[in-house]
Amino acid sequence: MKILYFAWLKMKLGMAEENIDCSDEITDTDSLVRWMKTRGPAFEEVFSDLNVVRIAVNQEHAPTNTSLKNGDEVAFFPPVTGG
Amino acid sequence: MIWVQRDIFNVGDEMDKLTAGRTDIGAVVSFTGLVRDVNDGAAVTSLTLEHYPGMTERQLEKIEREAQARWDLQASLIIHRVGEMALGEPIVLVITASVHRQHAFEAASFLMDWLKTKAPFWKLEAGSDGKSDWVGARKSDIDAAKKWN
Repeated sequence: MKILYFAWLKMKLGMAEENIDCSDEITDTDSLVRWMKTRGPAFEEVFSDLNVVRIAVNQEHAPTNTSLKNGDEVAFFPPVTGG
Repeated sequence: MIWVQRDIFNVGDEMDKLTAGRTDIGAVVSFTGLVRDVNDGAAVTSLTLEHYPGMTERQLEKIEREAQARWDLQASLIIHRVGEMALGEPIVLVITASVHRQHAFEAASFLMDWLKTKAPFWKLEAGSDGKSDWVGARKSDIDAAKKWN
């Protein structure tokens, strides 16, 4: 699945997008976040406070525990501040 | 109609285009958001808007459809700019048109409140010290959006 990062998450991780395969370990947004936190200090920091990280799946705001499959587009970003 | 664009827009031109040839519209309301020189007490020298191409358009279309379902609108328009903007430039425009003013007023207010909390845009402010900061979400915006639930 395609993973996208925006705003300060993109800056702190130093990338805008990447591809990740679903696995036994990654089946929903909760398990994806848990896995993200194991990827090193930058990921650990970005995902340390989930109050400031929003998730979208296939371009819709996603409630926690949204199930994932290969081919999905998952985005992580801060609370929106347009207007 | 929704537009996500880098180019600056002219409110009068957009209003004229929306109402041209229409005799069924009795009221037009517009809201324009501008780049301010101060935010939370700190000087701002320029603003950059990042967005999520694809999701942005999808969410703005959903928000517009919701407004059209809740109020009797003859026409509506949302323009949101992205990229770098100078102080005083317009960022966002909402126009609503209805037979009588109440629907246009309420729908315009709703569109802005929902846009501010649901459309994936992020503001990066440059300050006079040369540093840039991502703008944080405001509780007042979240509360304003909740009143339409």
